[in-house]
Amino acid sequence: MSEAGATKKFLYINRKAPYGTIYAWESLEVVLIGAAFEQDVSLLFMDDGVYQLVKEMQTKGIGMKNFTATYAALGDYEVNKIYIDKDALTERGLTLDDLQHLVWEDENEDWAEKDSIHLVGRDEIADLLDEQDVIFNF
Amino acid sequence: MLHIVNKSPFTAGALQSCLRIAKAGSTILMIEDGIYGALDGTAVSGQIREALGDITVCALSHDLEARGVNGKVLDGITLVDYDGFVELVTANDGVQSWL
Amino acid sequence: MKLGIMVNEGPYTHQASDSAYHFTKAALAKGHEIYRVFFYHDGVQNGTDFTTPPQDDRNVVKRWSELAGEHGLDLVLCVAAAQRRGLVDEDEQKRHGKTGHNVAPGFRISGLGQLIEAGIQADRLVVFGD
Repeated sequence: MSEAGATKKFLYINRKAPYGTIYAWESLEVVLIGAAFEQDVSLLFMDDGVYQLVKEMQTKGIGMKNFTATYAALGDYEVNKIYIDKDALTERGLTLDDLQHLVWEDENEDWAEKDSIHLVGRDEIADLLDEQDVIFNF
Repeated sequence: MLHIVNKSPFTAGALQSCLRIAKAGSTILMIEDGIYGALDGTAVSGQIREALGDITVCALSHDLEARGVNGKVLDGITLVDYDGFVELVTANDGVQSWL
Repeated sequence: MKLGIMVNEGPYTHQASDSAYHFTKAALAKGHEIYRVFFYHDGVQNGTDFTTPPQDDRNVVKRWSELAGEHGLDLVLCVAAAQRRGLVDEDEQKRHGKTGHNVAPGFRISGLGQLIEAGIQADRLVVFGD
């Protein structure tokens, strides 16, 4: 429980590609700060947002920080419900193999490593939105 | 749930993404450039007309008027002012802005 | 009802801040409480006192300041976003040795935790952006 009161369900929706605009990066900063508040957090990547998780980005040439390396640390912040719109991936010619492999360690199962990423379709996304108390859009 | 769309359907995928996810019984509010999705005789009018069976579609009257297109709104779309916008936010359990 | 507002775009280029302002004003008039207005991304530019729009245009920044004065609104500029974009209050001016400060009346600079807290405390969070 946070100091502020009861736990709420927070969903961060990422629908924009990285680097062309700052939204993806500054969204991640909100998620990291928000993790300290111990809310029930989920992330959803849809539309161009799925490009944020593409692995092995080389940003040296554009002179920007590769902020996406931080996604791998989300499991340590207990942010481990990461949903990806499978249709958005398919439309963009991507598969899970193109994305970072995000995991978390389950302390209730002797720190077993588990996948954070869950592929979801439109009905699951609609349900996911319905369940939330607060939705942040980036 | 209230879905807010503020992009023209002719330049961005926001309305399409919203229509794909919005459940029956939910409400879509078009504001800013999103109001172009509320007009009759466009490439998306048919799709909106079809959605109107399950979904309430509203458009912000001030944004329609500002853009000179308030006379072209599709039948079945509810016009709201900023007061109505506030009422939609408080009447729905959740708010999702398709930025 | 208690409402939280998030503004993600600066004034003038995008309508987001205008929409958020009109929404906030209407909500207050209907007796709702605005728990906080949080400005993020380029939205922090809504808090610069150095804005001088032409006389025949609305003054987006001043309008927010006045609404804050009338209703005791809590207008918060994200510190990380503000530092990137040159929004500086007196403390930040001293800390970073800047030549001036430019946070408009009614606005304050604070951390992202203020946004999360608004999400927790408010009954609804409405996001305005691009």
